This record gives sequence, C-alpha cells and structure tokens, in this order.
Amino acid sequence: MAAKKTSAKTAPSNVSPEELKAFYRDMLLIRRFEEKAGQLYGMGLIGGFCHLYIGQEAVVVGLEAAAKEGDKRITSYRDHGHMLACGMDPNGVMAELTGREGGYSKGKGGSMHMFSKEKHFYGGHGIVAAQVPLGAGLAFADKYKGNDNVTFTYFGDGAANQGQVYEAFNMAALWKLPCIFVIENNQYAMGTSQQRSTSSAEIYERGMAFGIPGEAVDGMDVLAVKAASETAVAHCRSGEGPYILEIKTYRYRGHSMSDPAKYRTREEVQKVRDERDPIEAVRTLLLTGKHATEVDLKAIDKEIKGIVNESAEFAKESPEPHLDELWTDIYAELEA
Amino acid sequence: MATEILMPALSPTMEEGTLAKWLVKEGDTVSSGDIMCEIETDKATMEFEAVDEGVIGKILIAEGTEGVKVNTAIAVLLEEGEDASAVDTAKSAPAAAAVQSAPAAAPAESTKQAAPVVDTSPDWPEGTKLKQQTVREALRDGMSEEMRRDDSVFLMGEEVAEYQGAYKISQGMLDEFGAKRVIDTPITEHGFAGIATGAAFGGLRPIVEFMTFNFAMQAIDHIINSAAKTLYMSGGQMGAPMVFRGPNGAAARVGAQHSQDYAAWYMQVPGLKVAMPYSASDYKGLMKTAIRDPNPVIFLENEILYGRSFDVPEIEDYTVPFGKARIWREGDDVTIVSFGIGMTYALEAADKLAEEGIMAEVIDLRTLRPMDTPAIIKSVMKTNRLVTVEEGWPQGSVGSYISSVVMQEAFDYLDAPVICCTGKDVPMPYAANLEKHALVTTAEVIEAVKKVTYK
Repeated sequence: MAAKKTSAKTAPSNVSPEELKAFYRDMLLIRRFEEKAGQLYGMGLIGGFCHLYIGQEAVVVGLEAAAKEGDKRITSYRDHGHMLACGMDPNGVMAELTGREGGYSKGKGGSMHMFSKEKHFYGGHGIVAAQVPLGAGLAFADKYKGNDNVTFTYFGDGAANQGQVYEAFNMAALWKLPCIFVIENNQYAMGTSQQRSTSSAEIYERGMAFGIPGEAVDGMDVLAVKAASETAVAHCRSGEGPYILEIKTYRYRGHSMSDPAKYRTREEVQKVRDERDPIEAVRTLLLTGKHATEVDLKAIDKEIKGIVNESAEFAKESPEPHLDELWTDIYAELEA
Repeated sequence: MATEILMPALSPTMEEGTLAKWLVKEGDTVSSGDIMCEIETDKATMEFEAVDEGVIGKILIAEGTEGVKVNTAIAVLLEEGEDASAVDTAKSAPAAAAVQSAPAAAPAESTKQAAPVVDTSPDWPEGTKLKQQTVREALRDGMSEEMRRDDSVFLMGEEVAEYQGAYKISQGMLDEFGAKRVIDTPITEHGFAGIATGAAFGGLRPIVEFMTFNFAMQAIDHIINSAAKTLYMSGGQMGAPMVFRGPNGAAARVGAQHSQDYAAWYMQVPGLKVAMPYSASDYKGLMKTAIRDPNPVIFLENEILYGRSFDVPEIEDYTVPFGKARIWREGDDVTIVSFGIGMTYALEAADKLAEEGIMAEVIDLRTLRPMDTPAIIKSVMKTNRLVTVEEGWPQGSVGSYISSVVMQEAFDYLDAPVICCTGKDVPMPYAANLEKHALVTTAEVIEAVKKVTYK
C-alpha cells in the first residue's frame, strides 16, 4: 500500500498508433459534442442545468482504455463525456439533453440523470458524492457474484469532501471491493478552488488512512491516464480491493452553463488551453510520430462533425415524450 | 455560409438579458473560445464565447441594449472568404422548440357513489392450522424463507450477524446463511444504504436493517434520491429492488431522537412502497412480498410489537399482498382506521366501545403505499363516520391524507367531520408520564369516536 505520484509526460510504449488515433477521435467526439450541447443550451433547446466536460476529455478516454466488457461505471452530473466514452449513442445522449422521447431516459432524466444498462453506465447522479457509495455497491454486487468485473466510480475534488466518500472508502477497503475511485480534480468545486475548500493538497493520499493505494495522475495526458488505469484495474481485478486515482485535470467552461466564472482569470483558462490541451497533445504525438497526416486528422474531424451534427438533428427532431410518460416507470412490475 | 449568432440563454430561467458590451467589432476574426460580448442576466454578468470560427460580419444589436430576448440574432458570423453581402442571406437559425405542455390532467374521475370494489378475501382459508408466534420470529422466518429461495437476497446492517441483531430479529441467520449473506456493517448508515442501493442496481436484492429508522435520516438521501427515483430517471432501465427495514416510532423512554414515527414521511414518496404491519402474520407475509417486490420497500416495524404473539398460519410460502387492508372487526357505527402499533389503541378502544353498544369497524391498512383507500371508502359509506389513529405527529399525518381522500370521494356519506388521533405535536419527552401523554391514547380514540357518533 502506498500513495504515489505518477510522472506525466512520458508516453508509455504500450500504445499503438491505432489506439492513439482512437484516443484522438474519442476525445474530439466529447469536445465537439459538448460544444454543440453548449450551443443548443444557448438556443433554449436544452434546459435546466448543463455541466460541460470540455478540458477533461483525457480522463474518461484514458480510464476506459483499460476497461473490459462487464466493467461498470458511475459518475456525477458532469456525465456526458463518460457516456460517450463507454460507447453510448450520441443521438440518445443529445436527445436526453433536449428532453425528447429518443433520449436514453425517454426525456425524463435530463443532462444529470442518464443511464444505460446495456453499456453498464449507472448514471448520472445529481447529488454530490452520492455516486461514491453507489459505485462501491456496484462493486459489492460483482464481488458477491464472484466475477472479476471492476467498477469505475468517478467523482470530483468537491465531492471528495463529503463524508459519505470516507464511509464508502472504509467499507470498500474492509470488504476488498473491486472499485476504482477516480477523483477528477478539475481544481474547482463549483466556484471554490481546491485551496479554499480542501485541507490537503493531495487528495489521493486520503485513502492511506484506509489502506487504499492511490496515485496522482496528469489528467491532461491521456497516455498517463491509461497507464494509471491499467495499474488500478489490475489491482482491483486480482481481488486486492479498491484503488484511488486522483486525476489532475481542468475544465475550460464554467461549472454549469450559468456560471459567470469570476473565481478564476481568463488568462488562467487560456494558459491551460494553450499549453496543456489533451487533444492537441495527442494530435502533436500523431503528427510528429508520423502516425497520421493532417489529411488523416481532417478526415477524423469531419467524421466527428458529422456524428455531432446528426445527434443535434436527432435531438431536435425527436418528439417530446407523450404525456402518458408522466405516469410510467414509477414502479417496476413483478416479473411473472 | 453566414450564420446568425443568437442571444444565448445563460441560465435555466433566463428569457431576456442586456447586451452589456461588445468585445469584438465588425471585421474581427474570432475562433472557438474567444469572448465576443458580455451579457447581463438577472443573476450575473456573463461572458459569451464564440463557438465557431469566422469573421464578425455585422453587429445587429448595439451594446447597452436591454431586454434582448433569448434567440434574437445579435450578430452575423461570416466564414472565411465570405463578404458582408452574405449577411442579408443569413438563414435564421431554428427557433427553440415550442414547448407543448398541456397541464397534466389529473385523472378526474367523477366520484361514483357505488361502493368501491374491495378485496375482502380472508388472509388464509378457514380451517388452516395456526401457531402462536412473536412478531420477531415471524420476521426472521419471512426473511429466512426468502433467502433460501433466492441467492441474491442478503441482509446487511449494524449488529445483524455476530450479535444476532440488536433486537434479535436476525437470530440464527448468520449460522444458516454465513457471513457472505448476513453482513455486519460499520456504524455508517449513509454509506451502507448507498452501497446497498448500488448493489441493488447491480442485480442483488439487499435487505438493509436500520437499528432504528431514526438513524435512517442519515441515509434518507440514498433511500429517496438514489433508490426511489432511479427507475423513473432511467426511463425504466434500472431500479432498486430492495428492502429498508427496522423499528420505527416510539419504544419506551428513549427520548426525542430515538422515538420518531416516519410513516407519513416515506408514504409521500413516489417510487417507494411502504409497509407498516401490526400482526405477526402480516410481518411475515408482507416481508416476503417486500423482498420479492422489484421496487424499494420501506418496512416500518415496531420495537414494542416485536415480542407480541399472534396467530400465524402454517402455510408454506405464506405471503400477504401490498395494498390490501385487513378488517379486524366489523361494525356499523364508526370506522376506525389505523396501522402498525396504532392498531393496539384502535382495537382496545373498539372493545371498550362495544361494551357501551358502539360497534366500530376497525381497519388495519398494513401498507401505506399502496394504500387500500377503497376499503376505507366502502366502510365509511356504511358507518358514515371516521376516526384515524397513529402515533406520528399531526401536521401532514397519514390521517390527514386519509381525511382528504374521504372528503373528496365520500363527502356525502360523512355525518361528522373526520377526526385524526395522532401523537402530540411535540418532540418525544423522556419523563414517563410525559411520554405516555405525548403518544396517542386509547382514551383519546374513545373520545373521538363518541364525538363523531354524537354520543
């Protein structure tokens, strides 16, 4: 058991050019999708709260690189990226954002509450940190059933201060639950910086009190995230209990669409965008390593643009749910 | 192609705003992420970023303009190589979809004054062999039978395993089912309620014991936000088939923090089912139904009832359906409706009233959600009088809900106002005399019956 910091920047050698291209594509899909969601919000097509994932794309894409069929994932309300990364249909996600019949929850969940049984995506939870014990519970179910699945339980630096996180850490360690606690540290809990909200600088060290190994990872480097994910997954799959990854990332947009973002400077955001953008980093790797040409990447850009535009069209065209839907899915029927 | 830049909605409630300041001018090149202007909403001043690349062709709304409606074109963005003449041909972006929200019509069925159809079949056929059993034993039998039947059912909670249950409900279960299925938890209600709910999402059928429901307030976020709402929020894809159980309400002399009745709280929540049994056979039969139910069930027990004995039928696989009240005694003069430990006051009052020639019909609701309101209505159509009995607080009580239902559905049949006998509107005191007075009493039930029967 040890808490350590993984050095960033080094590109692990176990990444093929094809995988690198796939990372580029997957991250770009999230970015373009979120930009489109922001646009649709501005047009009034998406309502309520809408939390964009722009800037954090390398986190889910890197984590998912070590997942296998049967593994589960659960996260907070900033969930669009997680859904796209685990293979959910962009049309269904966007249509849920617009509150339409074609959405994953038939329009009844919205941005913060989406699920896919098929892709083992267990939400989409609107109460900060509630997903942490829920994720430990998903892992509990797999251990009970005796399979080797793991659960990726994502939460933010803000959620890391909730008491139930430590209740879950305690039981996860006590019962050796195959749960990877992924702390997506984007440095701001809504508008409160980590320095102003969190007594310790290194959140990954907090598992030490429970005997849970943890490490900090450069979340702007998808390859570093992938390497860390492989370590964590191997640990959990082998039955050694939970693992903590604190992924240091950054969100470019506000906490939600209605965030005037006065708690940080424009320059701070621009500096990360210019110097540490995860998509640009992979783009550079692809080009300098001669794994792809500008033309290849343009083709990917075009493909992504098509997918995102199609999802927006689908989300606009899909009808609003029938009024009868108000009264369905409140209770499950006993299977005969 | 030139595109219009529209006044954005920058908060869930924004309909219009002030275009405070332009930070770009016509002819400027912008790229994704550049701030174009500042917009004042009712809450804050926000920076509005460009989403697409292009050249600002024309600014349509001057800075300082107030009351700019969302989706009004505020500028035109030109693509590389386009000139300003393209501005005029800029196509209007589609307006926000009109929301066609007709008010959801409540099922406005006219109150039929034919008596409602009520299932009055007995819980067990005549001639069934009965045994005397305590509520405690009946509960354990109910859980154990279901655990034998289904491997995915497990019990977790504080002291349920090695200690054999804080109230000895799970006595012997660790021996039979082992530590994998009878699990001692740390004292961490919020956490283990969440873990159990997650396990239910993951395909198991947890039974969560709270040492008392008072401690479940630490866990109520998971009970309601996670367990009760997920089926709906997921469009029916996944829910939480599980049971939250434990003693509820006052025990004896344990003070305000250990004596609250949560019946009315949980009864209010769509997505939950709520059982609050009185007799041992119902504890057993309803527990088995609760464990098989594919929804989260709140199972409110009572510490004082745990040691009380009742007839329990010797029937293999005995279950009691949810939403079916039980009529404990028939009568024509007044209907007394109760549930859980409230039944002790109701039945005692009915016995004493019978000595005075007032015949009360006593109904045990058994489950509060679903609630067998047709059984209440049918009885009130006969007796024309209603008294409800519960230990919980008066404001927003179970009785006040029943009263409103009866007023709406059987108003013409009432010969007196409904009286709701409840616990007093105070935190539970410790002193023995005060505690007794804080709870509902049999004398109060008798007095209420006399009032509604004008005796």
